[in-house]
Amino acid sequence: MATPLKTRIAVPRSRDNSVDGIKYNRSGSKRNNFEMFAWLYMRVSGVLLIVLIFGHLFVNLMMGDGVHAIDFGFVGGKWANPFWQTWDLIMLWLAMIHGTNGVRTVIDDYAEKDRTRFWLKTLLFLASGFILLVGTLVIFTFSPCPTGADPSLVPSFCPAP
Amino acid sequence: MTPGPARSAQWQCIRGPLAGRKTDAAALRLMKQGGYSVPNTSKGTLYRGRQGMWSWVAHRVTGIAIFFFLLVHVLDTALVRVSPEAYNHVIATYKNPIMGLGEAGLVAAIVYHAFNGLRIILIDFWKNGAKNQKAMLWGVLILWVIAVVPFLVRHLAIVFGGH
Ligand code: HEM
Repeated sequence: MATPLKTRIAVPRSRDNSVDGIKYNRSGSKRNNFEMFAWLYMRVSGVLLIVLIFGHLFVNLMMGDGVHAIDFGFVGGKWANPFWQTWDLIMLWLAMIHGTNGVRTVIDDYAEKDRTRFWLKTLLFLASGFILLVGTLVIFTFSPCPTGADPSLVPSFCPAP
Repeated sequence: MTPGPARSAQWQCIRGPLAGRKTDAAALRLMKQGGYSVPNTSKGTLYRGRQGMWSWVAHRVTGIAIFFFLLVHVLDTALVRVSPEAYNHVIATYKNPIMGLGEAGLVAAIVYHAFNGLRIILIDFWKNGAKNQKAMLWGVLILWVIAVVPFLVRHLAIVFGGH
């Protein structure tokens, strides 16, 4: 494929790259590959998220009594197991970064003013960072048998008070 | 990057229905295979008009909806750190029929986004992906029905069956 980066039209640039009299102005070495990795990340995380999210939905909504079974004891029972802790942690990070990057693209598409784009993205990154922090802390610091809790609400494996 | 033939994966559109996508490699492949309709006709191209564009609009809308639900969902789950009572109280709202319908819609959105996401990945990475994008969209819709209908039957039975 002939490279469309070639241009014979001389546009003055602060830093012209030229090879054989042909200028390559759009791919300066200062550019990084961030966008390419973001693009790749959307695809790789997407494939992993299919497994993680479908598994999550199946276990929480389809098995047993479905949504009716979800309460403190149910969550405590799941997170007492490092398998589900790890599952939820990976799902949280993959999905939050995927979603944040997706919304970043949407903001870039529709917010045309530089300042609007800047503030929307600042808000987005702050919100995402906060949610990631809270979610991660909850998974790691959660105790299924909090002291002094009503014994009828905690998982059945908790020692009787 | 040293000057040389462009790696097509690095092309990114910044405006229009193709925005954010780097599928020009796929579009070019399609053009070479002669399966590409000429722009400016009502037939549209891969992402403009018709199925290509509407599947993209739906992908975008579902993606944004899922993202905002996820923000709320992490916060409601965080209530397990407050107290069993606080968590149970808020989760109880997820069990009423109105919310049950909301959950059904959310799952339907996630399943569409997931399967259409696979279609996008195939368009980008599979050499015949662009040529088969329309057929793959039918595949997405068929898989969607196959996954969502049994889900709805079971979930709505749970939600409306009462306990
Ligand atoms: C279930 C598995 C999922 C798959 C296979 C998947 C796949 C994809 C793919 C391939 C893209 C296109 C990226 C691009 O054009 O560069 C995308 C975009 C996006 N995804 Fe996902 N995704 C999944 C889950 C999620 C989740 C859980 C969220 C929300 C937290 C989400 C939010 C988004 C958003 C907001 C976009 C941007 C839409 C746009 O630019 O039009 N996705 N997804």
